[in-house]
Amino acid sequence: MIQVDIKSKAFGRTQVLKDVAFMLKPGECLAILGKSGVGKSTLLRLVAGIDTDFEGTVQRPEAMAFVFQEPTLLPWRSALDNLLLVHPDLSEVGARESLRKVGLWDKADQFPGQLSLGQQRRLALARAFAGKPELLILDEPFVSLDEKTAAEMVALTRDLMNEVGPATLFVTHEREEARQLADRTLELAGTPATVVPNVVHPVFHKGEVK
Amino acid sequence: MARSVIRTVSLLGFVLFWTIAAWINGDPSVLPSPADLVRPFLSELASGELLYHLGVTVARVIAAFCLAMSIGTVLGLLMGTNPELDQWLDPWLVVFLNLPALVLIVLCYLWIGLNETAAIMAVTLNKIPNVTTIIREGARALDPDLKAMAQVFRMRRPVYLRHVILPQLAPFITGAARSGMAVIWKIVLVVEFLGRSNGIGFQIHLYFQLFDVAMVLVYSLSFIGFMLVVEWLLLQPAERRVRAWRLA
Repeated sequence: MIQVDIKSKAFGRTQVLKDVAFMLKPGECLAILGKSGVGKSTLLRLVAGIDTDFEGTVQRPEAMAFVFQEPTLLPWRSALDNLLLVHPDLSEVGARESLRKVGLWDKADQFPGQLSLGQQRRLALARAFAGKPELLILDEPFVSLDEKTAAEMVALTRDLMNEVGPATLFVTHEREEARQLADRTLELAGTPATVVPNVVHPVFHKGEVK
Repeated sequence: MARSVIRTVSLLGFVLFWTIAAWINGDPSVLPSPADLVRPFLSELASGELLYHLGVTVARVIAAFCLAMSIGTVLGLLMGTNPELDQWLDPWLVVFLNLPALVLIVLCYLWIGLNETAAIMAVTLNKIPNVTTIIREGARALDPDLKAMAQVFRMRRPVYLRHVILPQLAPFITGAARSGMAVIWKIVLVVEFLGRSNGIGFQIHLYFQLFDVAMVLVYSLSFIGFMLVVEWLLLQPAERRVRAWRLA
């Protein structure tokens, strides 16, 4: 069970988040919506423990994975090593299998710089799922991809989520993406940003969109 | 044209320029031509003198180089990633950066004595601030996103240092090593000149007192030759390997 209870987060004197609390059951996917700049990425960094300077508590599992807005790969290591170095328990066979699942089986020995942005994103996705995370955090992983590639990425992400079954926290400003991946949504708005009340959080069924 | 051809032609051009200058000057005791150096070079080589002093100097250069690079890298990394420590240590760095090599050498000899420890220490202390400054720049430019990534995925410390930090610092480390090598061997020569009884610097001191220009040139050129070999056989290939991912 993941429990997030953030009382306040400020950068200097500017308070950016206030009273953001939610729970996440294993296997559940929560989409966080909100305008850009509202503090969605900040929230994710607090949940992931990258930023620990805030008031409140976050209960998170050990095994986590993060898919950043940028692929954030090691450009000086091959695609295969990008998986193996991050997951020391992963065998080479296992890593190649992870690459195959995202359609990069023939790119194992290439450096990230030799891959297209879409391929780099898929490699980041493979890296996230290869560790069998209990909590998966996705920070707008499909931005700046063309429509077709983005749709493929969404489908791929959904398949991997069904297979691995992590609790997922997912930031987007595309409602359509949220509809396809999330069980429920949570909207942030205001300054400092807080959970928008009285909004009916629609409950989606992932299977519904096929 | 191939890299090695240009290199050879360029070096031959220098030898030609020198020969012409020596020919115009006309006095081998002031400026001997390259040909005039062959005989003294061979006799020093045959007597074992040249190799002995070359070996001693190389050992000092390696010792000081390794010490300065490792201490300087650690300091630079700490200062570059820790702004508070940086504020505390920065004034020290500025002091040592601007302390003339000669002053450090003389002080080390006065305080520690005319021995090997003082010699190596003087050279090392001279070079550390340079390495630190260069590595600090690299450490300041480390990618925060990769750090966050390593943190979330709980990469182990040694793996993180080797595969995330080191590759980002690599251009700065090779830069520091390059300029370090060149500076260190010059300082080693001064250290030997002032307070050692062997090494290239000591030999140059000896032949300086005898006004033997040819021997001064033989000893200094031998070492330059040695450094060129190190540069071509070690430093440049190492740099190419480190940069392979950029060119792929």
